[in-house]
Amino acid sequence: MSVAIGMPPAASELAARVDALLWSVTAVTASVAVAIIVLLVTFCIRYRRAATVDRTMRDAAGEHRRWLEITWITVPFLVFLAFFFWGARLYFSYENPPSRPLQIYVVARQWMWKIEHASGAREINELHVPRGRPVKLVMTSQDVIHSFYVPAFRVKRDVVPGRFAVLWFTATRSGEYHLLCAEYCGTDHSRMGGRIVVLEPDAYARWLESGAHESSLASRGAAKFQSFGCSGCHVGGAAVHAPDLSHLYGRTIPLADGTFVRVDEGYLRDSILLPSKEIAAGYADQMPSFAGRATEEDLLELIEYVKSLAPEATMPDAGESP
Amino acid sequence: MNAAVSPMSYLGAGYSLRSWLTTQDHKRIAILYAVSITAFFFIGGAAATLIRLELLSPHGTLVTAETYNKLFTAHGVIMVWFFLIPSIPATLGNFLVPLMIGAHDLAFPRLNLLSWYLYMFGALFTLAALIAGGVDTGWTFYTPFSTMFSSSYVVATVAGVFIVGFSSILTGLNFIVTVHRLRTPGLGYFRLPLFVWAIYATSLILVLATPVLAMTLVLLAAERLFGIGIFDPALGGDPLLFQHLFWFYSHPAVYIMILPAMGVVSEVITCFARKPIFGYHMMAYAIVAIASIGFLVWGHHMFVSGQSMYAGMTFSFLSYLVAIPSAIKVFNWTATLYKGSISFAAPMLYALGFILLFMLGGLTGLFLAALALDVHLTDTYFVVAHFHYIMVGGAVMAYFAGIHFWWPKITGRMYSARWAQFAAVVIFVGFNVTFFPQYLLGIEGMPRRYHDYPSEFQVLHVFSSAGAAILALGYLLPFVYLAWSLRFGPPAGANPWNARGLEWQTPSPPPEDNFPSKPDIPTRPYDYAAGAAAAST
Amino acid sequence: MSVPHRSSVGEFGMWVFLASEMLFFSVLFFGYLVTRLHHPLGFASASRHTDVVIGSVNTAVLLTSSLMMALAGRSAAAGARRSAAGLLAATAGFGLIFLALKGLEYAHDAQHQLVPWRDFSLAFEPDAGGTRLFFWLYFIMTGAHALHLLIGITLVLTLMVVVARARHAIRHAETVEIIGLYWHLVDVVWIFLYPLLYLVSRT
Repeated sequence: MSVAIGMPPAASELAARVDALLWSVTAVTASVAVAIIVLLVTFCIRYRRAATVDRTMRDAAGEHRRWLEITWITVPFLVFLAFFFWGARLYFSYENPPSRPLQIYVVARQWMWKIEHASGAREINELHVPRGRPVKLVMTSQDVIHSFYVPAFRVKRDVVPGRFAVLWFTATRSGEYHLLCAEYCGTDHSRMGGRIVVLEPDAYARWLESGAHESSLASRGAAKFQSFGCSGCHVGGAAVHAPDLSHLYGRTIPLADGTFVRVDEGYLRDSILLPSKEIAAGYADQMPSFAGRATEEDLLELIEYVKSLAPEATMPDAGESP
Repeated sequence: MNAAVSPMSYLGAGYSLRSWLTTQDHKRIAILYAVSITAFFFIGGAAATLIRLELLSPHGTLVTAETYNKLFTAHGVIMVWFFLIPSIPATLGNFLVPLMIGAHDLAFPRLNLLSWYLYMFGALFTLAALIAGGVDTGWTFYTPFSTMFSSSYVVATVAGVFIVGFSSILTGLNFIVTVHRLRTPGLGYFRLPLFVWAIYATSLILVLATPVLAMTLVLLAAERLFGIGIFDPALGGDPLLFQHLFWFYSHPAVYIMILPAMGVVSEVITCFARKPIFGYHMMAYAIVAIASIGFLVWGHHMFVSGQSMYAGMTFSFLSYLVAIPSAIKVFNWTATLYKGSISFAAPMLYALGFILLFMLGGLTGLFLAALALDVHLTDTYFVVAHFHYIMVGGAVMAYFAGIHFWWPKITGRMYSARWAQFAAVVIFVGFNVTFFPQYLLGIEGMPRRYHDYPSEFQVLHVFSSAGAAILALGYLLPFVYLAWSLRFGPPAGANPWNARGLEWQTPSPPPEDNFPSKPDIPTRPYDYAAGAAAAST
Repeated sequence: MSVPHRSSVGEFGMWVFLASEMLFFSVLFFGYLVTRLHHPLGFASASRHTDVVIGSVNTAVLLTSSLMMALAGRSAAAGARRSAAGLLAATAGFGLIFLALKGLEYAHDAQHQLVPWRDFSLAFEPDAGGTRLFFWLYFIMTGAHALHLLIGITLVLTLMVVVARARHAIRHAETVEIIGLYWHLVDVVWIFLYPLLYLVSRT
């Protein structure tokens, strides 16, 4: 049993950058704390009641006071400003995944994490990822709010029902790391965990191939596209005037109300569940909602199918650095 | 009846239970609150004790996960709403504000009594719900868990909290009107003790933030009872809306706890350093700044919730802004000691303990305000440690400082100085042993609200639980020696600390109408001559 | 030592209380705003089903009641006992008319199946979730307002009896003023509810 004191292993690209900020803030705050403690103790000893010591205040006009007060307002403000910008810049990286990452879906529910790989592989409470490649998780919850937390990667993101939350990381060290739920979600909240297994790229390739996986997410989505009746309207030559879905994902399209929207997972999800909310320009508001009919897994498969119709937007670009 | 209590004192005004339960005297109502919140403090503390015992081992079997969840919820609900929120304002504030401004009572004495009844009714109602069935949502009641999934007594619990909310609002209203309208002639705003400034600022928060909580809880209960869906994504609602509304109250609520604590400490430090407070005006402005900016930082509880990145940046910036007046206060207290004539009676030890613990709590807040660090640290034990340093290390320590400082005024008796000093040290040590390891746990990645935890965290958890045992002992000590002093303590006299506030110009305990003769108004507050020795008796 | 100025204390206390009340209602307004942003369609279509005629008449009724209240304050200040009591009765009367009309409107809503918890007629419109939430908010907001009005009517009626029996109405002028402040607040809340629930989407 190892004893945890200090930081957990830093196993992602962001982790090292977060730790640098953490140690800097620690260093500054610890110095301030030590300085104040030294002052307090010194004053308490030097000016204790029994001590005979010069207590006359020379600064009757209070000029030193004003100078002091200005100093200890300005200096902390500047330090805080530095913390703020540093923290915000890193946060910006958290919010902006590198382009063309490996995308994996996560569905949370009381009290387990279900993972859906594009290949069709499924895992529960376990996530295998390759080292060195950006991984983007698109997550949702079937019931209450959960929070996907991997301390070793310094990433955490609330998984809110009814919408997609995105989290990304690039693992830098192979090994096994804790996956924890950080948002209280009911009785077995503390058992809603598992592990992240970071594999070397070749080992990851073997893992993907090993075992009899089901058909890929997209091909399951293609079947659902038929069975839900989507194909009745959304294919060329249909009697109903409905948008063609090929080469749609990743584009920015005009809406009926004159605004524009980028077609991402969230927009596709809303279009299936709340079709009247954002209507593509030139089409009538006639699609029925599939809320309550399509499960979260159905949605992921359908979305993955629509994405597969736009290969140019989803193909990982080998040449691009993460 | 004992000799220390003169027949004209407020304590001698009646001995029957009825005389207490129908009193409109702010001093007696303060005592009613003090007794009630002490009871709730020990009930909440009992829950904490069970929590710490359970966490001694990673797969504890003392209580089930379900019971554990109900325990930390009960601990949070009781400590926040039934102890910390009313603690200093409703006890010391009630007793002292009229005395400090030379008034006979609060502006609305009957409303003051009504506030206490509302508090008792609501708190006992919730307590009954917590004991009868319990609630497992955490004191934050996040939706949709609390509305659609939890099968515990959510509605009954929030109903009690809702009622206590009205007690808060009416108490705040009473203080605001009192401070504005009942100051004795000549006592301008900048002659007021900082304690009065602090209670005033706190009251603004009570009046303006509590109604938001109240209505939010109404919506929560209605949602749970009728399945409305405003907070439920399955019905088209928005769970983050609940979080915004909840924290709009609950973040300022922290300032309801800490501002009065800052007020108390300013009174105590000046008295035992025999110095005027350093930078009185700046201290007063800092209080107002904290109270106002405090209304604009709630979103820093939601950096990983999925609110927009730019909202996150705004809230991060404002959180740093609110830290500045807090920093000013720590610097000014420290500077007040410079060239003072410092003695270390129990109130001073508690106040010094407050400064250290509040400082550590405040400095770790700087970690959490940094967006990227918060991503890692939020919802871990780091946050637990941070807010306990502020609310327990800060607010409770200051409450104890205040109780020890004004005990002779309130009861007319002195307690054992030695025991009180000893208890202050025990509490300080016990507190740090309990909560410092929790910072480390959080940095290591230990999430909060965990019944089971990975075994590598055990060592630090054992430290924390050991510290909790010391802390529990520390909290029991004052209970014993203060009770002892009520019967056996020597009479205190009007001004045992030779302090300067108006409240020390009247006998201890004060007469029913507060001042036998018109008190002298000082030309400036904290008029301590540096170097002057403390009083003899 | 100061002699507390009870009168100014009471009025000042009421202002503070009203500030608190505003924040109480602000939760509903904020909730409305956020939900509307999520469901522009549902809110637009649902709000066309509210009864704009009764809503408008009620606005006029409530404004008139506020006028009566203000006049009652003047009469009381002038020591005119009878007219003060009469105007207070009129104030409460208009308040009661408002509540009666509101009750009638609720009955109409029920007739048209606009009650979201009982076979809701808009359940199959586009963005049915939005229409449901709109009507939930409609009932919660108008209900909270009606509850405040009911409290106001009780206060005004009690005050009317007190003033009518008083030897010197002028002694109660301050109380009339204070209760009047509360009454006006309830009126002001309605002035915000009216456009949000009845007017916004009717162009």
